[in-house]
Amino acid sequence: MAKYLSPRDIDWTVLLIVLLICGVGVLQIYSATRDTDYTSAWWKQIVYVAGGLFLMWLMMAIDYHSMLHYVPALYIGSVAALVITYFIGEKAYGSKRWIPVGFGVHLQVSEFVKLVIILLVARYLTELRTDELEIREMLKLAGLVLVPTALVMKQPDLGTSLTYLAILIVCAFLAGLRWKYVAAIAVVTVVVLPIGWQFLNEYQKGRIVSFMDPESDPQGKGYQLIQSQIAVGSGGMFGKGVTKGTQTQLRFLPTAHKDFIFSAFAEEHGFVGVSILLSLFFVLVMRIVQNAHTAPDRVGMYLCMGVAALLLFHILVNVGMVAGLMPVTGIPLPFMSFGGSSIWTFFLALGLVNNVRLRRFVN
Amino acid sequence: MTLPSADPNLEPRLSDKPPLRDDTRFAAGKIAVFQYATVIIFLFLMSGFWRLQVQNPEFYGERAQQNSIKSVPIPGPRGRILDRDGRVIVDNHSSFSLLLARESAKEEHLRPIAQGLDLDYNDLAARVRRVRSQPKYVTVTIKDELSPADLAFVAAHLDFFPELVLIQTPRRLYPKNGMMAHVIGYTGEISEDELDLPDFAKYNQGDVVGKFGIEKQYNDTLMGVDGQRQVVVDNRGTVRQTLAIKKAVEGKDLQLTIDLDVQTVAELAMQGKNGSVVALDPRSGEVLAMVSRPTFDPNKFAVRIKSKDWKEILDNPEHPMLNRAIQAELAPGSTFKPIVALAGLSTGTVDDKWTTHCSGGVALYGRYQHCWVSPKGHGTLSMHNGIVHSCDVFFYTLGSKLGIDNLSFYGDLVGFGQTTGIDLPHERSGLMPSEKWKLRYYRTKWYAGETPSVAIGQGALTVTPLQLARAIGGIAVGGKWYQPHMVKKPLDQVKMAEWALNPEHVKTVVDGLYGVVNEGGTGVRAALPHIEVCGKTGTSQLASNDYVKPAGGGEDMRDNAWFVGFAPRDNPEIVVVALFEHGGHGQFAAAIVRDVLKAHFDKKDRVTQLQQNQTRTVAALGLGLAGTAGVAPPQ
Repeated sequence: MAKYLSPRDIDWTVLLIVLLICGVGVLQIYSATRDTDYTSAWWKQIVYVAGGLFLMWLMMAIDYHSMLHYVPALYIGSVAALVITYFIGEKAYGSKRWIPVGFGVHLQVSEFVKLVIILLVARYLTELRTDELEIREMLKLAGLVLVPTALVMKQPDLGTSLTYLAILIVCAFLAGLRWKYVAAIAVVTVVVLPIGWQFLNEYQKGRIVSFMDPESDPQGKGYQLIQSQIAVGSGGMFGKGVTKGTQTQLRFLPTAHKDFIFSAFAEEHGFVGVSILLSLFFVLVMRIVQNAHTAPDRVGMYLCMGVAALLLFHILVNVGMVAGLMPVTGIPLPFMSFGGSSIWTFFLALGLVNNVRLRRFVN
Repeated sequence: MTLPSADPNLEPRLSDKPPLRDDTRFAAGKIAVFQYATVIIFLFLMSGFWRLQVQNPEFYGERAQQNSIKSVPIPGPRGRILDRDGRVIVDNHSSFSLLLARESAKEEHLRPIAQGLDLDYNDLAARVRRVRSQPKYVTVTIKDELSPADLAFVAAHLDFFPELVLIQTPRRLYPKNGMMAHVIGYTGEISEDELDLPDFAKYNQGDVVGKFGIEKQYNDTLMGVDGQRQVVVDNRGTVRQTLAIKKAVEGKDLQLTIDLDVQTVAELAMQGKNGSVVALDPRSGEVLAMVSRPTFDPNKFAVRIKSKDWKEILDNPEHPMLNRAIQAELAPGSTFKPIVALAGLSTGTVDDKWTTHCSGGVALYGRYQHCWVSPKGHGTLSMHNGIVHSCDVFFYTLGSKLGIDNLSFYGDLVGFGQTTGIDLPHERSGLMPSEKWKLRYYRTKWYAGETPSVAIGQGALTVTPLQLARAIGGIAVGGKWYQPHMVKKPLDQVKMAEWALNPEHVKTVVDGLYGVVNEGGTGVRAALPHIEVCGKTGTSQLASNDYVKPAGGGEDMRDNAWFVGFAPRDNPEIVVVALFEHGGHGQFAAAIVRDVLKAHFDKKDRVTQLQQNQTRTVAALGLGLAGTAGVAPPQ
């Protein structure tokens, strides 16, 4: 099959948009980390992006069908890695997410598990060979997804664990989960939420409370939300200019080169910049959905839609948090936030989409 | 039509299931739903940015500024207070004050901060609460005059408590041991009550203003204007950029008429005694020294007086805050006699040949009045000897010849019963009794029997030490009463009251006062070699001797000792009044006056000598003898 592959068939639109977003990200990281301990972050990010492109190429080269063979192994490996993280993980920002892999490199396993979840869900739903997802099958699949979800939630990393569920829910919906089950899930969620509340950590509870009423504790839990809104709002229509954002430059904005990078961008580039950047993200998601449409088979469709769901969820939660529309959950903005694991995961996901696209003309 | 499964290898395991179309069309509708959802999500996100960035950018822009722009006060130091020769009496010293920047303050930090700085938590919390309604950039002073231990605490905890701001403030440094405390006064943070007064309208909360003494009287001159620095700070409070500086304006220095040398001796002379010393230059009204005892330590007020210290001062029965030089209203006793003598001569009631006989007492208006030497007597006395020996019988007789109208006229003339108008706050006027006064306050007429006691400086007559110094000094220079003042100014700007006294009459009185000191009178203790000191003792009763003596005469009931002295006899240049409360007899106050006079003249000699040496050296240099003459060290 490989002989039919041609670089011309890569989704150049998607790649171009992604590289644009990465470029904006590098610029913003540079601006946000001037005279801090992280001044080297911007060129590190360039290295990460270059590595990401390589990984994407690798991911395209292997036929996604053959990848599906390894789903059980990948799944078990992921769970094992998450358990190892739980025991030997390095603690940072109050949570154990990273495992050292030598040479000073720390990997965030839960990022890569996203891809495994996409592969797992795609294979499982395809193998059912049905247009209507039975609730029994749904529950089985949910059980499989919930194991890593619970492990990540335990780190604790609520944001990342929710991305797994987002992939599951979108794909289950596509697989033909009946409306009444969708309704049932919604009802159960509403009922379970107060109970689940008991199982959340103090800081997770605090984040949700401060989302509802950030001014209740402006210096404490509401700090990030308030500072982010101030940064965004003070950017106005055209922004304060690169390296001129006071919230970003004077470090009132927390982690301005990581989770709150969009906030820093909004402060320095204003509503106009936000509109352009969000448009890029919008086109990116829509192009990936388009690739799902043209996928040669169901597995390909599920893979593309899984990636689209992952991206959309990240954008919704991260950008929503920046604008004060969502509670603070520490998940990065795809292709922009500083961090190797996140960048590589999304380039791998992009590789997956291109993988499907390259093989769309079978038969 | 069926398509092969996604993975041919999976087929064997799945072959029992019914084959299905493996195209993606079945999901097309649901993908469309996902696309619509995507559009809605992006619109939702855009709406959030629209609300923040397009609808309310000013609101958030302002908050971003509040975050990063802090106003730090630059204190404008108060002017120094100097003595007449330019020596520093009150200076500023640099101290650290700790402020709370309320922009970044956290409620729960207050307790550890209070603990670390050894402050009362409730007190601190109350101070923070008081400014709650004010804008965030208004800082709260946590502590002034930080000790090295406090500084170490702040330096070590700046990371944990970013709201702590350390600034250098000039603080008042007052002389030790309460020296000149009543003259200088003290400063303090402006009070809520003062802020309501029109005089204080130009000041702001937190300003340090003069509260007492010179500090209060000349607050406008001394006070500097605080500047302000607008800075950009980051979230750790580190200053990144200075936006604007409003320079602080220093207060002006104030030169007093006080002579530190004379003042110091006066302070020492009053050590362990209660009372007051006032030294004036009668030729100008300049106050050379002013002491009041007991005293207090103004340095305790310099920051914010502790309530314990304040209570201690308030509860002290001896009223240490009272400036006795201008606020003690006491009977002058025999120090009033020179004025009575002058009145007698000036009104022509008597002349200097007039004599009276003292047998230890005299019966007047149906009452037998004792002389202070009773049961002995002074014998027959002229006016000169009457003054020298301070004979009560002489002045009882003279006083009743004069009558209250004449006494109160001359009392008024020398300034009794009215404030001198010295440039110090809270001066009292004393009381010069008269017929009018009696009628107004007691609604009864003056009884002639009350006059003799006024004539010896008792009865309702009360004066302040300053009034007495001004009165006697004015007579000594021949009838010119200059307004006493603390701050140097040209002579033609000093208010002056004049009365054409007959120089002969003045000479008679002054000669009498010379005799008091130099002819075996009551004031011999004030005598100084080579200097013609004149003066008058006074021993004023707090209560009738008939009452005190049988009761055992406790310390509190002993007579007040006065002495007023001036020198030299011709063209006097200094007049000194000493009030020694419960001193027993005026001669004990005379010793104090002698010390002060000696200090003045010793200094004068020294200065003259120095100037002569200098002139000689300059002359020698002018003659080209520089190499040989040199500069002789003045001895």
